[in-house]
Amino acid sequence: MIPASFDYTRPGSVEAAVAALAADEEAKVIAGGQSLLPLLRLRFAYPTLLVDLGGISELRGVRDAGDALEIGALTTHYELTRDPLIAAHAGLLAQAAGTIADPAVRHRGTIGGALSHADPAGDLPAVITALDAVLVVTGPGGSREVSPGDFFADYLTTTLAPGEILTSVRVPKLGDGWGYHYEKFHPTAQAWAIVGVAALARRSNGHVAEARIGLTNMGSTPVRAGAVEAAAAGAEASATAMRAAAQHADQGTSPPSDLRAAADYRRHLARVLTGRALAKAAGV
Amino acid sequence: MKITLTIDGVRYDDDVEPRLLLVHYLREHAGRTGTPIGCDTSNCGACTVLLNGKSVKSCSVLAVQADGASVTTIQGLAASNGSGEDGWHPLQRAFHEEHGLQCGYCTPGMILAAVDLLNENPNPTEEQVRDGLEGNLCRCTGYQNIVRAVLKAAGSTTGAGVQA
Repeated sequence: MIPASFDYTRPGSVEAAVAALAADEEAKVIAGGQSLLPLLRLRFAYPTLLVDLGGISELRGVRDAGDALEIGALTTHYELTRDPLIAAHAGLLAQAAGTIADPAVRHRGTIGGALSHADPAGDLPAVITALDAVLVVTGPGGSREVSPGDFFADYLTTTLAPGEILTSVRVPKLGDGWGYHYEKFHPTAQAWAIVGVAALARRSNGHVAEARIGLTNMGSTPVRAGAVEAAAAGAEASATAMRAAAQHADQGTSPPSDLRAAADYRRHLARVLTGRALAKAAGV
Repeated sequence: MKITLTIDGVRYDDDVEPRLLLVHYLREHAGRTGTPIGCDTSNCGACTVLLNGKSVKSCSVLAVQADGASVTTIQGLAASNGSGEDGWHPLQRAFHEEHGLQCGYCTPGMILAAVDLLNENPNPTEEQVRDGLEGNLCRCTGYQNIVRAVLKAAGSTTGAGVQA
């Protein structure tokens, strides 16, 4: 299984990468390649040119940007699990990144690549959706900021325009009182999530003041469980109350039926896993 | 495209097609046939090598992406940190002593993944070993002896390190 022939370029700047991408409409961006290389090998994709972002050092690492963290698109899943700024201000991202695939894949795979690939079973899209992150996209016309809701368009599809590259993800710092948990169900080791739940809860005086829930693989794009968020807000911080709020988790979702799970089963999992994730996020 | 790689301490300068996978480069250009190809889809981990000291699945890296990097395969592991009368790396010795293999196909990748695991966490629990090796499949052993071997190597190298 050898990929079809392609040309390859490794530009040293975002500007040069955008120019290379804009000059060839069959070009594709490669970062860690952990999603793209299997597709190339199976010849599901056959770009004429690969634009490797690996030489652009400005896209690496995590920067403190005041009330948010600016995470470079080339930051690997492994780095997300190890970064002290992420641990301090966006721990959900570190915990969820540690559940992606396996250590060898986490050494190569990047946050920008995982988000741009937009696999509904991928973990990070739901996580950044719950974190209210902003995606920074750079193209021939300059940079723009996109919310997760406007970035993920469909199964393996984003609203990135031709010639545009996801360059960083801006994650607001979690303030005091926030707890978090990513709960993921997969029947075998190192497998994609059948359903995943990213939960954030802010506790105050024995109650949940505010909750944010992102769901993995409950539709063709990551979704917020708005009905759960509404039910949890103001509820007593108890496992019973969190489980009750989680009964709304599948409301408004359209989960797929596939070889691994029927839609009804995914709905059931969403309710159960949301209850668990929310309880852990609320510290009960 | 011209690339320069250091493989098991030896420098290689080559001109390769961009689509050449690192595992094919290692096997067909650099004689590192100790790195097997298993599933071809980055699931099984048989082709695991160390790229700049970190485990990667060499079927999911392009040779051109590894330009300028240093690669350690199973064939260079003993040379990098061999010890004792047999000259083996502590993990190779532990796999031998604990019978951590049967057919041996997964073994090179399993050992290199274990080197990375112990570099990260020199004294893992059994559960941490199982988690750390989740990307490497073995169809023979049922994993028991592999886990035992990694724990033994960790014990035998505490303080001495098992760096590749």
